[in-house]
Amino acid sequence: MVELKNKSALLEIRGMVKRYMLGETEVLALNKVDLSIQEGDMVAITGPSGSGKSTLMNILGCLDDFDAGTYVISGEDVSKLTGDKLADIRNRLIGFVFQNFNLLPRLSALENVELPLLYSAHKDAKAAARKALEAVGLADRMHHEPTQLSGGQRQRVAIARAIVTNPAIILADEPTGNLDSRVGKEILDVFHKINDQGRTIVIVTHDSNVARHCRREVQIRDGQIVDIIEHNRSARQLVAQAG
Amino acid sequence: MLFWTTIKIALRSMLANKLRAILTMLGMIIGVAAVIAMLALGNGAKSRILGWVSRMGKNTITIFPHNPKIPPVLNGAAEPLTLGDAHAMLSIPGVKYVSPVVTSGDPVKWGTNETYCNIIGCASTYIIIHDFQVQSGHMFNDFDTRDRASVAVIGPETATRLFGSQDPLGHTITISTERFQVVGVLVPKGRHGWFDPDNQVLLPYTTAMTKLMGRAVALNHIDMQVDHAVDLTPVQNKAEEILRIRHSLIKGDEDDFWISNQLQVIQMANNIGGAFTMFLGSVAGISLLVGGIGIMNIMLVTVTERTREIGIRKAIGARRRDILRQFLIESVLVSLMGGLIGVAVGVVAAHYVKFRNFSGQVEPHMVILALSISAAIGIFFGYYPARRAAGLNPIEALRYE
Repeated sequence: MVELKNKSALLEIRGMVKRYMLGETEVLALNKVDLSIQEGDMVAITGPSGSGKSTLMNILGCLDDFDAGTYVISGEDVSKLTGDKLADIRNRLIGFVFQNFNLLPRLSALENVELPLLYSAHKDAKAAARKALEAVGLADRMHHEPTQLSGGQRQRVAIARAIVTNPAIILADEPTGNLDSRVGKEILDVFHKINDQGRTIVIVTHDSNVARHCRREVQIRDGQIVDIIEHNRSARQLVAQAG
Repeated sequence: MLFWTTIKIALRSMLANKLRAILTMLGMIIGVAAVIAMLALGNGAKSRILGWVSRMGKNTITIFPHNPKIPPVLNGAAEPLTLGDAHAMLSIPGVKYVSPVVTSGDPVKWGTNETYCNIIGCASTYIIIHDFQVQSGHMFNDFDTRDRASVAVIGPETATRLFGSQDPLGHTITISTERFQVVGVLVPKGRHGWFDPDNQVLLPYTTAMTKLMGRAVALNHIDMQVDHAVDLTPVQNKAEEILRIRHSLIKGDEDDFWISNQLQVIQMANNIGGAFTMFLGSVAGISLLVGGIGIMNIMLVTVTERTREIGIRKAIGARRRDILRQFLIESVLVSLMGGLIGVAVGVVAAHYVKFRNFSGQVEPHMVILALSISAAIGIFFGYYPARRAAGLNPIEALRYE
């Protein structure tokens, strides 16, 4: 286990408000949300559908803007950024893992993992991509295309793609949602492994079993954080063993 | 790095959709092939005309008795060109040969054979001025001209029509009621359009004027050749000056004659040929436009189909310009490949298509032009779909099914 020496938050949200129009009525998707996540943390964001967790995830991932509040990630205030500046933040600071993998067809695993580095003109993308794939245990599948890989393998490629840029945070949206429970557990093990190496992970899920794997669980209802539950290490290990 | 990956991805998606790629390129292939073939054909026509003009003699100046700028109804008042005018030309420095020319179109007979051809009364230097060669016998000389000798030099085509395979030398042909002895046959030059330099009869101008044209004094034109080291323009200006004095023209009067030199004719042929080529090229260019619209259509479909891919790319950090560039590269790739195939088809077509008596001539600049236009079409018609892709909202694009 990595000791958390740096106690200043890696990711800090203050008074976050996000509204959108649903027909004639205004919906408050996020209502003055405060949240800070420490470096090396592994956090689950849970809540029923429509609770605002997807909106929070999009904003955390710098995919969406918001109406009020501040968002600082890794010391950079991204509250006012738009367009290409946000794309640059996503490229450098955020690694996405999606429910349906979202790998590009017709590209090999290696090429998929390389892609974020190509957008930042990385000097040795190939070597870095190889290292990332080795880290998720896919050293022998590098040249396979997504269609030639199983669901679990695809999600490992996606995780490799997320960690290859060495981002500040890994954002996973229902990462086990499309996998059976055995493979889902393997993927969670991968998350544990990279978390043990010091990476900060945020998993958005409605699955309480997945949430119990994390150190903390942030529960959202109606656009507000209603509870933050600490799962202690031994309990998490028990969950991990039970699968 | 990203550039090559983008090309690799584009090629792979083209390979995965072979039929679609080929159909998309077909418009460009047809367009570029048509442009190349038409430009080549126009070029072939032009070089054919230029070749003919230069075969009609080098460094020549021709004086005609009418000025095309003066309406025909006023031309009656013009002074005719006379032998005196022709002789005066010899005094201009740089002029090597001068030949007065009178023409007529009477039928020419030998025995029962009869043919129509140009009958040209000229000086012995006429064949030098216009670069004719004598294949058998000889050209009539200055003594024949002085003596108004009844001698004729005939073109090879005229010889064949009148004499078949017989040797015409020494035989007597009849024009109008006059009889002429054939003393020479010209080397063939090749027919061009309405004018056949191989079907003509050359007579001493003195003989032609007295025996065929009823002692007329008006010349049809005066042909002259200028030393190759001398510039044509000052000679032409001097000729104009002399003729204005001889024709008693005062300041402000238009010339009552017309002088043209070969360079002007070549320039005119060039202009006409160029305009012809441009016309053919633009007609073919319309099909390129249609090809471009086809590319735009398919690119719009591609962008829609790949909305999710665009979303993924944006999520992992692709900027607007990265997406824009990716789709522009794809559309340029499609149009350039179509262009390359089109060039190949066009070159082959230009080689095999023969129009009347000229064939297409492909030049490197046409290929470069066609390929540049293809690339430009790829950029122009690919820009709108690419901009649409670049402007997609990443969240909506990721959600797209």
